[in-house]
Amino acid sequence: MGFADFAFYLFAITVVTAGLFVVVSRNPVHSVLWLILAFLSSAGLFVLLGAEFVAMLMIIVYVGAVAVLFLFVVMMLDVNFAELRGELAKFVPLAGLIGVILLMELALVFGTWTGAENATALRDAVAPALEETHNTAALGQLIYTKYIYLFQAAGLILLVAMIGAIVLTLRHRPDIKRQNVLSQIYRDPAEQMELKDVKPGQGL
Amino acid sequence: MIGLEHYLTVAAALFVIGIFGIFVNRKNVIIILMSIELMLLAVNINFVAFSSYLGDLAGQVFTLFVLTVAAAEAAIGLAILVCFFRTRGSIAVEDVNVMKG
Repeated sequence: MGFADFAFYLFAITVVTAGLFVVVSRNPVHSVLWLILAFLSSAGLFVLLGAEFVAMLMIIVYVGAVAVLFLFVVMMLDVNFAELRGELAKFVPLAGLIGVILLMELALVFGTWTGAENATALRDAVAPALEETHNTAALGQLIYTKYIYLFQAAGLILLVAMIGAIVLTLRHRPDIKRQNVLSQIYRDPAEQMELKDVKPGQGL
Repeated sequence: MIGLEHYLTVAAALFVIGIFGIFVNRKNVIIILMSIELMLLAVNINFVAFSSYLGDLAGQVFTLFVLTVAAAEAAIGLAILVCFFRTRGSIAVEDVNVMKG
């Protein structure tokens, strides 16, 4: 067994185990940490497949952004998670049944599946040889030319998601004093100050 | 030698784990969102595996878009979750039916 085979089995077992622990872990913080491990090992699988750019994107986007977002939300929400876990055992038979059925269906599909004869002729964007271009450069040449509109649409989706998330979570608390910049700017010394002539021994 | 089938098996296992997680954690929305992320990861593994073994870069391009949508979905989902928690004080899925249309 060569090094690549060993690495594949290592990453594959890690990703499946981590995925399993994501769903059965008692503490959601542990779930997020297992999720990070699953993403990292799947990035390893992508490197083995020769898709370095997607692998690095996986680490940056999923581990660096999505998982941290999950971590923030899990830690910020003051929820009694033990209470939510209470009836876990009740759903295990149903969930296991559905999982086994789905697995059997996938196995059936896998047993009868064959690739199309002209699959290589139908390729949409033939990958250049590794000696010519690297994976990242080849993907860039494809994204910015052939898939430019889809790429822009992806950016638009991210923009909409960002605005949506901000709008959803923004709230104005009426009981908190806020700085009113305009009223500060429009303050006039002539209106705000008054000189009084105080007589000695009398006060105002 | 590692073939396409090995990767497809890993992806299938991960996808089934995602489905299993959704059904097991009927109450906890955060774990359900994480299970959806796992399923999307399985889809991504399938895309990249086919892309690599067929020599077609379109699969990897599509993986980028799946990644984008997954990130957007996670952000929006968690924002809705925070919103819901503020008004209801809990994240149990059963409470969501109060907003029946």
